[in-house]
Amino acid sequence: MNKLTITKAKTGLKNKDFSAVGLTKACLDEIKKTEPKLNAFVTITENEALEQARNADKILNNSTIEQLNNYPLLGIPIALKDNFSTKGIRTTASSKLLEEYIPPYDATVVKKLKDAGAIILGKTNMDAWAHGSSTETSDYGATKNPWNTNHLPGGSSGGSAASVAANQCIAAIGSETAGSIRQPASWCGVIGLKPTYGRVSRYGVIAMGSSLDSPGPITKTVEDSALILEVLAGVDEKDATTSPKEVSQYSKNLNKDVKGLKIGISNDYFIKGIDKEVEESIKTAIKKFESLGAKIEDIKLFDPKYAIDVYTIIQRSEVSSNLARYDGIRYGKDRDSFEEEAKRRIMFGTYALSSGYYDQYYNKAQQVRTVIIKDFEKAFEKVDIIIAPTSPSLALPVGATKDASMFGEIADVLVEPSSIAGLSGINIPIGFSKSGLPIGMQIIGPQFSEQLVLSSAHQYEINTQNENWKKLEPKL
Amino acid sequence: MNKYTPVIGLEVHVELKTNSKMFCSCSADYFGQKPNTHTCPVCLGLPGALPVPNKKAIEWCVMIGLALNCKIPLFSKFDRKNYFYPDLSKGYQISQYDKPFCQKGFVELSNGKKIGITRVHMEEDTGKLIHEGNSSLIDFNRSGVPLVEIVTEPDFETAEEIKEYLQKLQQIIRYLDVSNADMEKGEMRLEPNISLRKAGEKDLPKYKVEVKNINSFGFVSKAIDYEIKRQTEILENGKTPVQETRGFVEKKSSTVSQRVKEEASDYRYFPEPDIPPIRWTDKQISDLKSQMPELANQKIIRFEKEYNLSKYDSQLLTKSINLANYFQEAVTVGKKENLTPKQIANYIINKKVDTENILPAKLIQNILSSNKVGDINEEELKTIIKKVLSDNPKIGNDYKKGKDNVIQFAIGQVMYVIRKKIDTEILRKLILEELK
Repeated sequence: MNKLTITKAKTGLKNKDFSAVGLTKACLDEIKKTEPKLNAFVTITENEALEQARNADKILNNSTIEQLNNYPLLGIPIALKDNFSTKGIRTTASSKLLEEYIPPYDATVVKKLKDAGAIILGKTNMDAWAHGSSTETSDYGATKNPWNTNHLPGGSSGGSAASVAANQCIAAIGSETAGSIRQPASWCGVIGLKPTYGRVSRYGVIAMGSSLDSPGPITKTVEDSALILEVLAGVDEKDATTSPKEVSQYSKNLNKDVKGLKIGISNDYFIKGIDKEVEESIKTAIKKFESLGAKIEDIKLFDPKYAIDVYTIIQRSEVSSNLARYDGIRYGKDRDSFEEEAKRRIMFGTYALSSGYYDQYYNKAQQVRTVIIKDFEKAFEKVDIIIAPTSPSLALPVGATKDASMFGEIADVLVEPSSIAGLSGINIPIGFSKSGLPIGMQIIGPQFSEQLVLSSAHQYEINTQNENWKKLEPKL
Repeated sequence: MNKYTPVIGLEVHVELKTNSKMFCSCSADYFGQKPNTHTCPVCLGLPGALPVPNKKAIEWCVMIGLALNCKIPLFSKFDRKNYFYPDLSKGYQISQYDKPFCQKGFVELSNGKKIGITRVHMEEDTGKLIHEGNSSLIDFNRSGVPLVEIVTEPDFETAEEIKEYLQKLQQIIRYLDVSNADMEKGEMRLEPNISLRKAGEKDLPKYKVEVKNINSFGFVSKAIDYEIKRQTEILENGKTPVQETRGFVEKKSSTVSQRVKEEASDYRYFPEPDIPPIRWTDKQISDLKSQMPELANQKIIRFEKEYNLSKYDSQLLTKSINLANYFQEAVTVGKKENLTPKQIANYIINKKVDTENILPAKLIQNILSSNKVGDINEEELKTIIKKVLSDNPKIGNDYKKGKDNVIQFAIGQVMYVIRKKIDTEILRKLILEELK
């Protein structure tokens, strides 16, 4: 049961093939079984989850079909990244500094999930404060990649991605500042959707880079991501940066075929040093799109390396300010509970914002950011979507982040430009390396083009569903 | 001749009386409330909480700017001012840096001098530290209360100018009804920065002394006078006063050094990423302008013209918007009874009418009946006056010597005889006639 997708679990629950409690228990059992090897969770909320499942069963048993439509995720066990505030449940952002912090309120995403009937299994591991792309910098120990536990799951939403890949949950929620959903999804072989900045509320998400943070789903199928986005997306009166744009019925509009779809490919995204198997797989996937009737066009985009500089300055500047509230007065821990990476970012950002340097760094970075946004706008005049590798490498071995303070930025080089531009994007698995590690492809669309990004990914997914690698499962 | 000319600028913070706080829906009415009862994740700065700006507060800030003759740029934004203090819940204050809501205005003083307004911007208040024995406690009730900061050019030269400016500012704010601007309650706080330059010099002095803790109108002059004296002495000794922040000490009417500022603090301002920039249309600004009440300076001009009042009377009657409205209502009612605005104005001013409790219609009745006393008994009154004057020849003698206040004594004597409430103005007129 724990291997089910949201769509299938919903059908099973509706047909009374199993109960929400049964489904939740199956997930909890898998968590118990695999956690010693994976360490995907910081906090498991077994009691709360079972309580929510009992409630879901009550609603399932006492509601009409119409009433059930108000609960699009009723009885679906979901894992939440530990930077989403959960009322009464500790929320650490994988930092020891917040080890004892219990929020008195739910993040908007959490509230929406609960209102939709979802069951929260627990809080997943991440790079501390979301500062990283490995989940190796968590203060609660690294999460391991379910496909090979000697490898990393990516990050910062590594716990969520690993949990979905290992079937500990039906789906999970992550957040992306630049790559933190798509890159771990790629390394773990699952779907990861990064919505447009402002599409999903940030209220209650422990801030990392405030002008970039975008919560989104990590799932087993594209359709599941569409289902969750339907629940999460929309304007929030508690987040002034959310867009009032209407939310589509994403899951109901996935069957638009790709005939005539113009797909842009930029050579600059096949950077020097890219893993050969990744490169080949992407090229094969592009051919697949071509065979489905899409038009492939070469486009010129800025070298993604410029995005690293822009991203590094803006994100660290915002981090230095966002982490100032942990000043030792509240939350029960002093500032020495910050580990190396957070300290580095605080110092870097503080320096970049200092008088005399502001124009040189922060202001200049914002100017280049505008140039990158324009660059994408120009590209999207010619093509509908852009396809590229999500990560230039396969999942790296445990220990790879040691002494590599720019590890994340380099691992995320291919997702940073679109994050800086606030675009929508998705990672979709396209195969495995000979060594048995997943390979991911990203589809990037303009701002608020989630529907197109999802339907394109869905078309690829259903047209490759009989490929042999689809049958693989992690052995844990 | 003074050797030095004071160069004084003023920063005034005004707490707006909006229902809710600046960035959350907590009640902003915190005064006297139990600590930490007006708080939520946003004003406590809890992880993940986000600020959503209070539209009303922003509109009020713009109205203050308009009332101070400021330009309202169509593009504005909030910024983060990063600094550490235990009462600052987020580790930064949301304020405005290079794009404030209002810029370049002025306030004209009675001597015709214009005090330049550099900027008017919007920010949030901090929490409050309470020290008890060896422990310090934080009350976040005030955290996030909307604050408007009004900054002037260093255009003041005397404490009197500052006093007049503050009175004008307080009056404008009360007219707009956006704050009670009560200094004792901390709803209006001032920080003058004071320095001296040699008379006739044009350049700004190389140092600046900021004075804090002035929480009453009365203390402004004391603090400034003290500083002028203190700095003059230092300059006379051939030294330059230290650039610093000083605190006003109420008991001694003096100032003491609090913090020496080597250079401007580095607040690492950057645009607040949680709040999109504000873009106004000309129409929105003109709509705000049209919502503003007629202000005192406009009323004074109108009262002089429309009601034929003296400037002095007009100023008295426009002291508060309530009094001005009261007077106007009384004029409307009085018109039907053939009372002139001047008669009504005199009555209100001389009788120190309790405008809170006597309705304008009742006031008109009172004026009419007091006049009646004079009308009906005028002959009788004249007889009594004659008698009083002949019984007290000193009155006539003193009056001839120019001792005008003897009239007051005469009025008292007449009143004593008639034992009736009577319009003293009419009585005074009759006595003067008799003395001539």
